[in-house]
Amino acid sequence: MKQIKVLGSGCHNCEITANVIAQAAKDVGVEVEIEKVTDIAEIMAYGVMSTPGVVVDDKVVHAGGIPGPDQVRAWVRE
Amino acid sequence: MFDAFANALAFGVLGLDPSSHTGAAVQFFIMDVAKIFVLLFVVIYTMGLLRALVAPERVREFIRGRPDWQARGLAVSLGAVTPFCSCSSVPLFIGFVEAGIPLGVTFSFLIASPMINEVAAVILVGILGWKLAALYVVAGLVVAWFGGIVMQRFRPERWVEDYVWQIQVGKADLPKPDTTFAGRHHYALAEVREIVGRIWTWVLIGIGVGALFHGFVPAGWVSENLGGDSWYTVPAAVVLGIPLYSNATGVIPVAEAMLGKGVAVGTTLALMMSVAALSLPEMLILRKVIQWQALALFAAVLAVAFTLVGWGFNAIV
Repeated sequence: MKQIKVLGSGCHNCEITANVIAQAAKDVGVEVEIEKVTDIAEIMAYGVMSTPGVVVDDKVVHAGGIPGPDQVRAWVRE
Repeated sequence: MFDAFANALAFGVLGLDPSSHTGAAVQFFIMDVAKIFVLLFVVIYTMGLLRALVAPERVREFIRGRPDWQARGLAVSLGAVTPFCSCSSVPLFIGFVEAGIPLGVTFSFLIASPMINEVAAVILVGILGWKLAALYVVAGLVVAWFGGIVMQRFRPERWVEDYVWQIQVGKADLPKPDTTFAGRHHYALAEVREIVGRIWTWVLIGIGVGALFHGFVPAGWVSENLGGDSWYTVPAAVVLGIPLYSNATGVIPVAEAMLGKGVAVGTTLALMMSVAALSLPEMLILRKVIQWQALALFAAVLAVAFTLVGWGFNAIV
């Protein structure tokens, strides 16, 4: 199962990002585990400074802003 | 064009009297909503297309390891061209500290960033003309430059929370941006949605306040009380701006209305800067990384700087 982490210290956009990913996974029919990382030390350990960031299977795929729907679908599919 | 549109809508369609208070306020509101939002969309889209918006991860790499004056110059100019969300302040602060960038330089960046950005600058030119836009931008850069130097004098390192020094920043190899036209177009649209989505309420409130000021505050009262003759109007404007918070773009219509009624230029600039750069929510966010003493000092340094800028311009203009 895919491990997806949403990095962000609880801002509004991080919530939206997590929801967008959950919805996309449901649409595509893939099971994913979404974890919200709010600890600043852990976020920075990924080298991300602009939140929300997205980590798929321990690889940073996105930083800064809400990702587009095409991007999200690509992450849950691959 | 926007003027004619607002006239037609306010006086023609709504049938308001141009000489009434309400008529003037509504006309101002319609004109500024149309003008500012059109400008916002055009400017942000264009910047997005050019990918002129710099990510904070890159800012850090640009600044680290440079001699003080270069680092500060870069911090101030990058702060001015990056419309960051204040929610990025904490990671930015930590990232700068971890890169060994001096705190004074970091403060210069934190001052410049909310006060000046290219979007606000273009809208300033569109609404208030290039002279005032230049005054505002130059004054902001100067305050950011010297504000950081003054902060450094107080050795603010002692007020940084302990955990900040412990954090190790990882190296992210962020995916390469899509530089085809379609990719740029998508990115630009996303930027428009993100930035307009974040600031539209501030802009509308700003236009509302500007419209009320324009329609209902008598010019005679303004010139008697806010004309720039009395020394205390500038510090009063700065103090008034501290609890008030708006985005840099949101204060522009307020400034437009104030200048239109004859409020002195220095007083208006001081209020704009205070509203945009000194804000309680920003302070509360920064409280996560530095202690109150540093924040109080930061606010005091900025308040003094804005007051000096205001007095300076009132004396010259």
